[in-house]
Amino acid sequence: MLEAILLTIATAATPLLLAAIGELVAERSGVLNLGVEGMMIMGAVAAFAVAYTTGNPWLGALAGALAGVSFSLLFGLLTLTLATNQVASGLALTILGLGASGMLGESFVGLPGVKLEAVSIPVLSDLPLVGRLLFGQDPFFYLSILLGIGVWWFLFRSRAGLELRSVGANHASAHALGLKVIRVRYLAVMFGGLCAGLAGAQLTLVYTPQWVENMSAGRGWIALALVVFASWRPGRIVVGAYLFGAVSIGQLHAQALGIGLPSQLLSALPYLATIAVLVLISRDRRATLMNTPASLGQPFVPDR
Amino acid sequence: MLLQTRKLTKVFGTLTACDAIDFSIRSGEIHALLGENGAGKSTLVKMLFGSLQPTSGQIVWQNSPVTVASPAAARKLGLGMVFQHFSLFDALTAAENITLALDERAPVADIGEKARALSVQYGLPVDPNAVVGDLSVGERQRIEIVRCLLQDPSLIILDEPTSVLTPQEADRLFETLFRLRDEGRSILYISHRLDEVRRICDAATILRHGKVVGHCQPDRETPGTLARMMVGDTVAQITRAPHAATGETPAILVSRLSQPPVGPFSTALHDVSLTVQRGEVVGIAGVAGNGQGELFDALSGEQRQSLADTVQLSGKPAGLLGVSARRRLGAAFVPEERLGHGAAPQMTLTENLLLSRHATDGSAFIRKGGVIARDMIGRAAARISAAMDVRKGAEDPPAAALSGGNLQKFLIGRELDRQPAVLIVNQPTWGVDAGAAARIRQALIDLARNGSGVLVISQDLDELFEISDRIAVIHDGALSAAMPVAEATAERIGLLMAGAAAAPGNAGVAA
Repeated sequence: MLEAILLTIATAATPLLLAAIGELVAERSGVLNLGVEGMMIMGAVAAFAVAYTTGNPWLGALAGALAGVSFSLLFGLLTLTLATNQVASGLALTILGLGASGMLGESFVGLPGVKLEAVSIPVLSDLPLVGRLLFGQDPFFYLSILLGIGVWWFLFRSRAGLELRSVGANHASAHALGLKVIRVRYLAVMFGGLCAGLAGAQLTLVYTPQWVENMSAGRGWIALALVVFASWRPGRIVVGAYLFGAVSIGQLHAQALGIGLPSQLLSALPYLATIAVLVLISRDRRATLMNTPASLGQPFVPDR
Repeated sequence: MLLQTRKLTKVFGTLTACDAIDFSIRSGEIHALLGENGAGKSTLVKMLFGSLQPTSGQIVWQNSPVTVASPAAARKLGLGMVFQHFSLFDALTAAENITLALDERAPVADIGEKARALSVQYGLPVDPNAVVGDLSVGERQRIEIVRCLLQDPSLIILDEPTSVLTPQEADRLFETLFRLRDEGRSILYISHRLDEVRRICDAATILRHGKVVGHCQPDRETPGTLARMMVGDTVAQITRAPHAATGETPAILVSRLSQPPVGPFSTALHDVSLTVQRGEVVGIAGVAGNGQGELFDALSGEQRQSLADTVQLSGKPAGLLGVSARRRLGAAFVPEERLGHGAAPQMTLTENLLLSRHATDGSAFIRKGGVIARDMIGRAAARISAAMDVRKGAEDPPAAALSGGNLQKFLIGRELDRQPAVLIVNQPTWGVDAGAAARIRQALIDLARNGSGVLVISQDLDELFEISDRIAVIHDGALSAAMPVAEATAERIGLLMAGAAAAPGNAGVAA
């Protein structure tokens, strides 16, 4: 019973973690992409359609990633090349994604999806207690954990990550040092799109293998909020995503058990708990300011 | 010879910032580059470091002519530069900042370790893991110097390095410089602090108005002779009728103004007293960072005083009043920094006009119900532009779109347009080309001759000699007595600027 609950928690947390870790990289480079929800839902519909048509969920996952990347490129073109307002462009991307996915997915509504099955790692998955939980999961779970660690290493241990952070901290100084600000930001935005697309694919290939319009259900927005509340630190994003997942699943079970609390309050609990915990762990204002990308959301137009 | 320049020239439009500069630096010497603001020091250094390309002339590095295409090319040759305004990322650690500027692809931790070892070796302790935003300006400078030394340069250019340091930090820096010299490296030391240059430099080149006016061995000179070379002993003598001491109320009366430092790098003001009569221009000379900005803020009301009578404008106590209230007393102010302080860069000229004049001219510029009278403001802006010959690309461009000189003409014209009884201006012609500077100076004199009191704070001594009736000198937050311009010589003023006679009223005592 407990193991089953923990497994569902991981499944609920994975799309949040994927989308948030991608957005973290984009924001660390100074780009605020509010189109996470749009990229995610496009990833979801593309993954479902390709998996259903070909019968191969792996191809579906690839299609979801590509859909996210191409949507992020549209955002990059607008905000980086044409230097439009990032907030407005991101909102437009979300609205476009929700609408376009509904239209593209219309003929897939109600069809049975193809599930990407769990991949058990031999030997390790037979370990007592944690075996199934850590090593008997679906590929998205492994990927999300690896990305969490990989992004931390990249940002804080690699030269390229240092350059990315410097671009987000002060694009004028970074430009003066000879760094390619626009190129770095394009790559970061595309990584964000890739992760959001994969998060969407996880929804239609693992979480609930079917297509329903608007099925991302605000997860993109939660991922965006997680990035801010985690003060742009990868470890805290993992904590936040799992906390949110745990409380969402927990409150469902609580509702099923018939605890005497109003269901609206229970439904609000994941949001309240996540905010409370992340606010508590980022109480150190100075550290938070240090981690906030100072040129976040500002368009960069190099001198000619 | 390590480095030589031959007839190095840089022309910006009509302004010749560097005019056929010839000078040379030997290996293992500390060479001073002396000159006032606008003498062409920065332009010369930027050409050496590859940030600017010369219009004509040649740079010779280790006896072969070179073209320095970029700062990266300069670093490859063996030039290092420590900037006056630091180029560090606040949110990153010292080691990360150093890594970003190096071409070497080594892990941050390794570079940090190297930087720590090097910094200890040169007596400039740097903690590679410290976040730059937490560090003092002196510590940040050490990071820049260490970053520069990691590239093993033969020539290190330091742009006014001590202007941000405490005396103790400066002494430590000098020891490092001596050690670098003993290793055979050369240092180009840009400064206008004469005592410092005499203490540490082996040779000096003096620039004035873009030209080399002399070479010397600083320790054989006195501050007075150095100052005269910097400022020029042929100061344009403008004859004026001496301002008769009338019984009239003075335009500005400052009595015993003292003020603690308002920020980490600001100067305290000590017992400043000053009178500006109606009809005269009083100039305040001084080396940058000796309290000019603080004095301006205290007079304009950005920093208020605790006693109303400390600052009187047109005879009315103003010490407790803010900027708008002081403007309503008939005063006008033009601060040093044009963009960001004097004008909001992204707002248009008419909007900037309204911003400074709404308090005093609200009835003319704002209709009933709070609607802006655009036609009235537009007409006023056109009048100002015509009077001051402001050249602009569009009818009403954003302030940032104007060149420095044209914006300054507009900002001064904006205040003159009110016919203020009191005008206080900080650095009226800093970075302004000669034509615009002459127009601004003439306008300041004309305003005074029409019966207003004008106070000009400037680092340009030529300018002060040209327009002032009396000159006072500010040094370390204390103001000397104002002397009539006829009694003021470049040497006397230069000595006061160097702090030779700190006591007010004790002007001109030779060291």
